[in-house]
Amino acid sequence: MRATCHAIGALLLAVLGACSPGENNVERGNREGILYLGNGSEPQTIDPHVLSGSPEARVARALFEPLLTRNPYTEAIEPGVAERWKLSDDKRFLTFYLNPEARWSNGDPVTAEDFYWSWERAINPALASSLANVYFIIRGAEDYHLGKIDDFSRVGVEVLDSHTLRVELAYPYPFALNNFAYIYMAPIHRKSVEAHDGKTRRYSAWTRPGNLIGNGPFQLADWKIQRYLTVEQNPHYWDRDNIALKSIVFRPIASAATEEKMFRSGQLHATLLLPNNKTPSYRAQAESPLEESAQMASYYYALNGNTAPLNDKRVRRALALAIDRETLASTVLMDTMIAWGGYVPVGMPNYDHPEPLGFAPEEARRLLADAGFPDGDGFPRLSLLYNTDENHRTIAVAVQQMWKTHLNVDIELQNQEWQVYLSAVREGNFSIARRGWNGDTTPDSFLDYMVSDSIINVTGFANEFYDDLVVRRARETGDIDALMALYQEAERILLDEAPIIPIATYTAKRLVQPSTTGMHGRIVDVYNYKYVSLDPTAKAWQWQKPEP
Amino acid sequence: MGRFLTARLLQAVPVILAVITVTFFLVRVAPGGPFDSEKAVIPEVKAALEAQYRLDQPLMSQYFAYLGDLAQGDFGPSFKYPGRSVNELIGAGLPVTAELGLYALLIATLIGGSAGVIASLRPNTPQDYIPMALAMIGICMPTFLLGPLLVLVFGIELEWLPVSGWGDIPGDKILPSITLGAAYAAYIARLSRAGMLEVLSQDYIRTARAKGLPEWQVVLRHALRGGLLPVIAFLGPAFAGLLAGSFVVETIFQIPGLGRFYVQAAFNRDYTMILGTTVFLSTLIVLFNLLSDIAAAWLNPRLRHQFGSGS
Repeated sequence: MRATCHAIGALLLAVLGACSPGENNVERGNREGILYLGNGSEPQTIDPHVLSGSPEARVARALFEPLLTRNPYTEAIEPGVAERWKLSDDKRFLTFYLNPEARWSNGDPVTAEDFYWSWERAINPALASSLANVYFIIRGAEDYHLGKIDDFSRVGVEVLDSHTLRVELAYPYPFALNNFAYIYMAPIHRKSVEAHDGKTRRYSAWTRPGNLIGNGPFQLADWKIQRYLTVEQNPHYWDRDNIALKSIVFRPIASAATEEKMFRSGQLHATLLLPNNKTPSYRAQAESPLEESAQMASYYYALNGNTAPLNDKRVRRALALAIDRETLASTVLMDTMIAWGGYVPVGMPNYDHPEPLGFAPEEARRLLADAGFPDGDGFPRLSLLYNTDENHRTIAVAVQQMWKTHLNVDIELQNQEWQVYLSAVREGNFSIARRGWNGDTTPDSFLDYMVSDSIINVTGFANEFYDDLVVRRARETGDIDALMALYQEAERILLDEAPIIPIATYTAKRLVQPSTTGMHGRIVDVYNYKYVSLDPTAKAWQWQKPEP
Repeated sequence: MGRFLTARLLQAVPVILAVITVTFFLVRVAPGGPFDSEKAVIPEVKAALEAQYRLDQPLMSQYFAYLGDLAQGDFGPSFKYPGRSVNELIGAGLPVTAELGLYALLIATLIGGSAGVIASLRPNTPQDYIPMALAMIGICMPTFLLGPLLVLVFGIELEWLPVSGWGDIPGDKILPSITLGAAYAAYIARLSRAGMLEVLSQDYIRTARAKGLPEWQVVLRHALRGGLLPVIAFLGPAFAGLLAGSFVVETIFQIPGLGRFYVQAAFNRDYTMILGTTVFLSTLIVLFNLLSDIAAAWLNPRLRHQFGSGS
């Protein structure tokens, strides 16, 4: 019996102690060219036409390459599979000249036919891709996706020869090239997809290690659910000489707190997130590995304009003007978001923002009185709905307090589990609801979703002039400055009508080892691994005890 | 013995069928669906998506189709992880949960067993009261309270141990194993105390003492063997309970085990995954209970004799 006890004790010590990795990933990775990345939740899929989340997109970026890519420093368009491209004089046709050296990871050449086949698949109604709308820049793509036409040859994609692809644009859009750099427009390898019956069937094994054939700088080596996903250099990649990394290990770590601890113990080159409460102490570090950048993502409250009293513009504006965003950001949020009263995020390139909604308690009170609620008298008890989350709760509590202080109205807080919240919002079963939107580096990636027939627009906001600006007039002009002026006008209408109350612009916060270049914060959350390199001799970053 | 086994296995079938049926229809009542997201899709796309997973068919025909697949051991495709089957996801989560359950059980047996034995040596003295009072607290304290408390003290205040993860940071397996094991340690303490008290009053213990053996030898060599029998009978159901009940601990400590998949599936409305895990875990519980019944029967000579003559 005693022997058994000893054995059990020894075993217990051994197994609990054995979780020490012993080796420092960062230093080994630096030496051998292996990048260790924290990658949030387990990727749901790495199929570029099915994925929608960012952990998935980060992996797919390593495995697939669209026609174009973007420079992570300047956001400029750079060659991907297309070595050059030409826009016709009437700005309606884009011709892409494919790099003859472009290869799939099995050595097959990447051809214009591959794109033709892949794009048909991506917008095929049967695949039901949730991001097919990036293709709608191509004439006829939307109709094909909606099943209004069932002949793909009527969509504006034409194979001129095996290395030339011509696209007819739906409208002259000055940022059209951006779309062709989205991972959702990457080609997939027809033969291997069809071998696993994966053309329109989502439940297919074509994305498994051993089955997946991609055209990106890396190829899939291993994928253990909830443990890691590893990619290795693709020997057939056309630009392999410019790839510094040998391999990337994506670690699914759902908890930001765990990620931070792993980073501190030298197990990750970069985290995906940083817990808000850790941000101040990292900012105070002398050689801080913290990278912060504004993101093209908005945090706002949607008001249900189909219900009284929120159908009154004065009430909506009163609520919007009674929020002190600066105080909210600097105290409650510890500057982990940027206070911003505009819908289009602060820092949008090329864009001249209209006057954002500010903090004007006097005017707010006056508007509320005009609407028939002097000093909040008779104002119904509305509820503020948010999905269960500590950050959303803190913000909601602060806003609730501000509305009480400045308008003397009582708002009830209501939190719901994610799916319940989504269905409540979709069915218009709310008064005020927290919303967030992630866009791209163009204002229309936000403004388009507030037109009257957008299913994202849950506010009931329907303004003919706004729709006309954003949909018709914006699509007629091919000129950037004219387009930006139209968008500015549209956002001015939106902020004046206040169907939504913008609160803040999200910021990205991540920790990056000093040995790692090319992983700095960007306004769009996309890595370009071609620019990532590791210093082979560098040590892992060490936490410095702050001076007392 | 054979007849006993067959009867017990046949009894399990309606239980599991009832679990499947109730779960199948219950998850459909919850608001929201597997394909809802903040980036809402147009109704046409959603319909095409639902058609891929038979969700466009009448509920009853979905139910019978599911039973048909299940009969072949196929839990179906996961809705949230396109390209993954539920079988695969369960296969990925189970080893982690089993590992956690094993550590918890070891901790529970070691701590609970020693506490029970110590308490039984001097009944109705502080040496008995203190461990038994602690065990009572252990039984009453739910894991969702104990976990955060341990995190607060050892993770945040003292900063001795990591507060989340599994095999990512040295020592991150300690707190979850203790949290999960604590309640079972308490049960085991009470069981082993009772068992030991009974054995220690037996004649052969008096004989052992009379022949002049030191007390530790009496306890370890003679009493322990009989005294821990109730604990051994408890271990089977305890392990099943640990596997099925670890979802709270896995969620608190962000452990990528079966329980966390289970909770996430519920949040995601991943219907097949919810069903698959429920069916899998309930089958496991039924099986472990059956095994422990067999073990109990085997250990009890009177029952063993009954089976022997029966078959």
